[in-house]
Amino acid sequence: MAVRTAAETEAGDVFGPVTVPVGRETLVAYANASGDQNPIHQDEHFAKSVGLPDVIAHGMWTMGAAGSVVSDWAGGAGRVVEFGTRFTKPVVVPASGAEVVIDGVVKAVDPETGRATVEVTATAEGAKVLGRCIAIVQLD
Amino acid sequence: MSESSTVNVAFEGRTYPPSGPYAVTAAQIAAFADAVGSDDPMHRDPEVARAAGYADVIAPPTFAVSLSQQADRAYVTDPEAGIDFSRVVHGEMRFAHHRPITAGDEILAELTVDSIRMAGGHAMITTRVELTATGEPVCTATSTIVVRGGE
Repeated sequence: MAVRTAAETEAGDVFGPVTVPVGRETLVAYANASGDQNPIHQDEHFAKSVGLPDVIAHGMWTMGAAGSVVSDWAGGAGRVVEFGTRFTKPVVVPASGAEVVIDGVVKAVDPETGRATVEVTATAEGAKVLGRCIAIVQLD
Repeated sequence: MSESSTVNVAFEGRTYPPSGPYAVTAAQIAAFADAVGSDDPMHRDPEVARAAGYADVIAPPTFAVSLSQQADRAYVTDPEAGIDFSRVVHGEMRFAHHRPITAGDEILAELTVDSIRMAGGHAMITTRVELTATGEPVCTATSTIVVRGGE
C-alpha cells in the first residue's frame, strides 16, 4: 500500500464513496473483538423492548469502518494520528443487513508537518450517522 | 425529579488508579481489523509492519476503545457514581495517537473524569483514558457519554 504524500494532496480532494455492508454477523464479530456486548447490538427482541426500531450497530463499529476507509486512503493504519466523531444517529441493522456509505474530503494540508485534516461523512439510508467526524493523517 | 440527578457531579476531576496491564495480541488486532473491514496488511503481516518501522503488527485507529472502555468500567459501574447504564448513549469519541498500538504491547489505562455537565435533564460525562506502555504515552482516548434523564 503506497503512502500518500502531502505534495500530492490538497484541500478539496475527495475520496470514496465506499459502501460498507453491515449485517448482524458483523456486529457479533465487532462485539467479540471490542468487548462491547450490549444486547441492543445483537438481540432484536431486546433492542425493540427498549424502544429501538431494530438492532443498531455499535457507534464505534461505524467509526471503525470510517477509520478503515481513511487508513486506506492515507496508505496505512498507522497514518491516522487523530480521529474523532460525534454519534448523531444510529445505523439500524435489520436481519437482511444494511449499508453505510463513507466518503471524505480534505479540509487542509500542513506542508510543515505533512499532516492533512480530513472530514469524513458516513450515511445510512441517506441520513448522516456521524457528525463532525475529523481525522488528522500523517502523510509522507 | 429527573433520573439524571442521580449522576454524582462530585466525581468530576477524579482519576482512577491505572487498570491493566492489557496484553495486546496479534490475534486481537486481526479480529478487530476483520470486524471493521480493514484489509490493511499492517494488521496481519509482521514483515509488512516491520518494513514500515513498527515493532510488530499495528492496530486499527479505533482499537484503543477496547482498552479504554475497560478502564471506563471502573467508573460507570461504581455505585457512588450514580450512572444508570441502561440510560447511557455514546455521544462522542476521540483518539489522539502518540504511536500505533502494537502487538506485544502491555498497556496500562488511566481514567480521569474530565467533566460532568447537566443539560436539559441529561448528564453529559466526558472521560479521558491515557493509554501507556512501559511509561510511554500510546494513546489518549476521550469519550463523552450521555445519561438520558427520565420522566
